[in-house]
Amino acid sequence: MSSRKTDASEARATTPTLDSATADLVVAGNGLLSRRLLLGLGLGGAGLSAASGALGADFSMPAWSKQPGPGPSGYGQPSRFAADIQRDPGRANPLYPGGGASRTPLHQLRGTITPNGLHFERHHAGVPEIDPAAHTLFINGLVERPLAFDYESLLRYPMVSRTQFLECSGNSGALFRDAAVDGTAQSINGLVSCAEWTGIPLSVLLDEAGVSPEARWISAVGADAASMGRSIPLNKAVDDVLVALFQNGEPLRPEQGYPVRLFVPGWEGNVSVKWLTQIKLSKEPSQFRDETSKYTDTLADRSSLQFTFPMGVKSIITSPSGKMQLRTHGLYQVEGLAWSGAGSIAKVEISADGGATWAEAAIDAQAGDKSLARFRLPWRWQGNPAQLISRATDSAGNLQPTRSQLLSEKGALAFYHFNAQQCWAVSSNGEVKNTYV
Amino acid sequence: MSNFKPTLALALCFTLSAPLAVAQQILESPQLGNTVTQMELSELDLIASEESVLPAGSGTAFQGREIYAAKCASCHGAEGLGGAANQPLVGGNMRSEDAPIRTVGSYWPHASTLFDYVRRAMPANAPKSLSNTEVYQVIAYVLYMNGLIDQYKVINAETLLALKMPNAGGFVDMSASD
Repeated sequence: MSSRKTDASEARATTPTLDSATADLVVAGNGLLSRRLLLGLGLGGAGLSAASGALGADFSMPAWSKQPGPGPSGYGQPSRFAADIQRDPGRANPLYPGGGASRTPLHQLRGTITPNGLHFERHHAGVPEIDPAAHTLFINGLVERPLAFDYESLLRYPMVSRTQFLECSGNSGALFRDAAVDGTAQSINGLVSCAEWTGIPLSVLLDEAGVSPEARWISAVGADAASMGRSIPLNKAVDDVLVALFQNGEPLRPEQGYPVRLFVPGWEGNVSVKWLTQIKLSKEPSQFRDETSKYTDTLADRSSLQFTFPMGVKSIITSPSGKMQLRTHGLYQVEGLAWSGAGSIAKVEISADGGATWAEAAIDAQAGDKSLARFRLPWRWQGNPAQLISRATDSAGNLQPTRSQLLSEKGALAFYHFNAQQCWAVSSNGEVKNTYV
Repeated sequence: MSNFKPTLALALCFTLSAPLAVAQQILESPQLGNTVTQMELSELDLIASEESVLPAGSGTAFQGREIYAAKCASCHGAEGLGGAANQPLVGGNMRSEDAPIRTVGSYWPHASTLFDYVRRAMPANAPKSLSNTEVYQVIAYVLYMNGLIDQYKVINAETLLALKMPNAGGFVDMSASD
């Protein structure tokens, strides 16, 4: 406690000279500072309440240090003081029973792994309550031997684990609209999450069924009330697709497909069919409703794109972000998440002046293949209006497009696969708001 | 392309007299699936496509009118124009000046999707409650409301797949560009 007090005093003492101390570290307009600063000054604690120090005045022994707490529990829950960290399921629509989505509170989380209870959801007819003992996964169609697997049998297969993102192709779709929606990182961008997925390579089960030479596609169907189905090219199915049974080490949550789901790395989330019950091999796609009527984009020339599977390179700033409030001038960390369906993240750049100048952000170590990468860069905010933007480059060399580039390519009728750069405007009084540049 | 035959691989392992390889093969691919027949899967396999066989049965729009009124109209509207669910089934024009309204008639490229989707997922509050005959009847009514067939046209596996949808040529398959 006493050393912490000393640190705080020192921080207060150095605040008046912040400008001079960081003058040589400015790397881009409007106060962006070199990532070298992250190694030197240790900004770890500088969040949105920043420089002035948020220590309370009460240094008496707290009550919880003077009496024993409850003992061990069967399944741990978050602290009640963190109970406000929630998905946003919205109100139920009686005309669409069980349908809808909830979004991950990206702005309230750190690291790159999404807790299972906060992984985004998208359901087409609600979450089925599946008894694994009564669930079957069958493989049929163009195979030598149609096979049926029960859950206990699947558990006996060797499994592999991959830490990878899942993003709904409708994520950030509101940013196609003409008027910039006043939302948070969660409400605008929260249909992306990242987990360690563990399961059986689909190729192992397909080999056991014996794929016929003429097969080119698989159809994956869930056991929910919508029996939601999607077609996937066979070459992807045998490349890196998993029949996943575990998420972050525990059996899948019901809303993530318990007891078994498909996990299709890097592709739009809808093809990672939950509650997986059927894999059917065929020559052609099955033309399900969710790959014809939905999950397709109409271009300006009125042709429509179908089977637009990979998720493009993308980054978003999670802090400062929409509806946050900067309370004091001083040092901040601009941080966020980046990912790409084409590989790993090679570089993230940040601008504080609406894209006029850019500085390269530091990327945390876990920037693996098709996983979330966390980036950050120090920023000195003196009360000038600012426009914070991030842009990512992936390992395949793809650069995240600007919104106008994406719109000129896809037109105003599109809804899915919005991966353009997003801008948070910071006003002189510290309000943070989604905007277009 | 995956065309590996486990039994063949096992035989190969034996001829090479490598028990270790056999054990490894069993561990990596334990072959715990039970062989099933398409007949046994008939209730679970609901895929209706140009390649999969659509079930027996048939219906006309004239027969489907009552089912539509009782089970679909409350969400999609009496004339299929959207109703409370704002999911129009009828109308729209992909060539319109404004943002086109995308419906079964204006947007859906394949007639088979209509049978497939209604059978697996509709009505939203009681999916899979319609018989195959009722599905044929009610999709005939949706096609009729779109002006694609007359009300006495018999819709069955054959006539449904023969129906060319107005926007059939409107899609670009992006799967090969990955």
